[in-house]
Amino acid sequence: MNFDELFGNFPALTITGLEQGAIYALVALGYTLVYGVLRLINFAHSEVFMVGTFTALWTWEALGYDQNSPSPAIGPLILALVAGLVVAAVASAATAVTVELVAYRPLRRRNAPPLAFLITAIGASFVLAESFGIGTSRAPFGMPVLIPSETAFTVFGAAVTNIQLLILGVTLVMMVSLDQFVNRSRLGRGIRAVAQDADTAALMGVNKNRVILLVFVLGGLMAGVAALLWNVRYGYTKFNVGFLIGLKAFAAAVLGGIGNLRGALLGGLLLGVAENYAAGLFGGDWKDFTGFVLLIVLLMFRPTGLLGESLGRARA
Amino acid sequence: MTATVDKGRSPALKGRWAAMPKQVRWAAIAALIVLLYILPNRWFYEYLGFPIGSEYFAFYTTRSDFAGVLFDTAVFVLLAVGLNVVVGFAGLLDLGYFGFYALGAYTVALLTSPESRLGTNWPWLAAVPVAVMVAMVSGVILGGPTLRLRGDYLAIVTLGFAEMIRLYAARNEGVMQGQRGIPAIPHPPGTGSDGKPLFGVVDARPYYWLLLTLILLVIVLVRNLANSRVGRAWVATREDEDAAEVMGVPTFKYKLWAFAIGAAVAGLTGAVFAGKQTFINSDQFVLESSILVLAAVILGGAGNIKGAIVGGAITWYLPEWLRGAGDLVGVEFDAAEYRILVFGVVIIVMMIFRPQGIVPNRRRAAEFADRRQEAVPQEKVPSE
Repeated sequence: MNFDELFGNFPALTITGLEQGAIYALVALGYTLVYGVLRLINFAHSEVFMVGTFTALWTWEALGYDQNSPSPAIGPLILALVAGLVVAAVASAATAVTVELVAYRPLRRRNAPPLAFLITAIGASFVLAESFGIGTSRAPFGMPVLIPSETAFTVFGAAVTNIQLLILGVTLVMMVSLDQFVNRSRLGRGIRAVAQDADTAALMGVNKNRVILLVFVLGGLMAGVAALLWNVRYGYTKFNVGFLIGLKAFAAAVLGGIGNLRGALLGGLLLGVAENYAAGLFGGDWKDFTGFVLLIVLLMFRPTGLLGESLGRARA
Repeated sequence: MTATVDKGRSPALKGRWAAMPKQVRWAAIAALIVLLYILPNRWFYEYLGFPIGSEYFAFYTTRSDFAGVLFDTAVFVLLAVGLNVVVGFAGLLDLGYFGFYALGAYTVALLTSPESRLGTNWPWLAAVPVAVMVAMVSGVILGGPTLRLRGDYLAIVTLGFAEMIRLYAARNEGVMQGQRGIPAIPHPPGTGSDGKPLFGVVDARPYYWLLLTLILLVIVLVRNLANSRVGRAWVATREDEDAAEVMGVPTFKYKLWAFAIGAAVAGLTGAVFAGKQTFINSDQFVLESSILVLAAVILGGAGNIKGAIVGGAITWYLPEWLRGAGDLVGVEFDAAEYRILVFGVVIIVMMIFRPQGIVPNRRRAAEFADRRQEAVPQEKVPSE
């Protein structure tokens, strides 16, 4: 127990925690959306994120940036970021949709039991991870440093970097727009209706399969954005990069209340912060365990999470 | 083993098998078991006149030590039989089955190895029951909070559990000795007629025989459990948990039992594995292996012990055999590299087209067919 480390670096740990938590939150949205509508843990979602990191990297390589190239000026930088963002988001969404069409939809048509869905999900996850693993020789890949880390300002002696600001800013924007989309738009109403009662929604003229597809697209987009932020911040990727992120994001989703969009954000940020406090307290080795231990404790005492579970009732 | 596949596949054969007198069936099973024991012996093939070495034939793996491959296959079969209790009988998805296997192996390693920081230096045999207990108790600890909830939480918690065990073993430089692992784990006891230890480093056959014996024992135990009140409670829980609960089946208790029994079998397997390997570290317990065991159960046919055996044999033995067979036709084909990918695809395809597996459990197959029938009217709704 290292209380000096925890309290001495409290502000810095908090800021790092929020920044990491933001990425968890974006990935958690994918779990929460799919779970809210289908009652299914989409294990393949971690690989949807992984596909995003690789496609963003490939986009940058196609634009001529490699690990040794100097950081670009502001114009080309924005171009590179936006191009990476668009490609990663589209590729992630396409991956999520492919999994839904190839793996889950045939099962729904056959009215398969829930166990079959879970088994298929884990199968899909490993197929995606392995095909990237074989394709990339299981090597880790470094990224071009597009944005050099600079201190933007300091809070209570802790430096806040420009990258951290970017991550938090982008996450908040994505969250608010998704929340508004689900709560205000016509398509969002469809999502909430199917989440509440799929059969009744279908009777009222909601196209269930289209709504489910939309949910996978939205989750994929969020994972793609998270992937880009990950690339900018951590600068490496590997075929199994999604696994731990996916696990933590799922824990975050449960923490906030799975099926609840705002819960995903809250859970993600809380988990990121808790993880860094634990790392300060017990040492870095224990960081990755925090999410898992938190998940088990939570399932023991409050399985519905902090904000409750239902996407159908997520209306504020 | 091939004989078992045929029996499951063809209904005509199955009928003829059932119609045979009981003595004949027992004799056939005994002959099969004897064959399985003879399988790793070189003299058996020389006696039959098969060429050994670079030549390919029937089921000998030419690329790697055949007895070693048989041992690894037996490990997978025993794991599959254990996981079958959890996934097949009770209908719970355990994605971190290798975590319990790792726990068993590490328990034995820590208690017996002279290099272990615990300094207990137990003999191998004394550590085995402890390993089984540790795996079982951790199964109860893990299952306790999660089994009360919806089944899908169990899947992710077990998935995390296996990875956390591995990460902890890899990073902890104290007791677990990090990446270096734990060496010098003693072999099982026993001396042969020539005065040499029965379980050595070079010859994998005794370990295979040990494991084969354990498999037979576990199969007898599991079969009896499945045909008892416990087994009926599992089936009832799997088919409709609410209905079972209303009928007075304490579903949570029986689910926890299934989970703990599965964990214990995995712990036992890990203990034997540690005794053969003499050295373990975290790299031997990667998550992919959990998925391979799951693939074995699904592929073979969840809920059917025969299916689990067939599945376990296919997931490990077939890729090894293919490597040797590839040599014969001059194709360099490393099946191990594509194993996870192929079995991942197989899982998805099986779940869609043949969810009951190669050797189905009759009742489970009926369940799937039932559900499929229920789904038919939905398809005709124009909006779908």
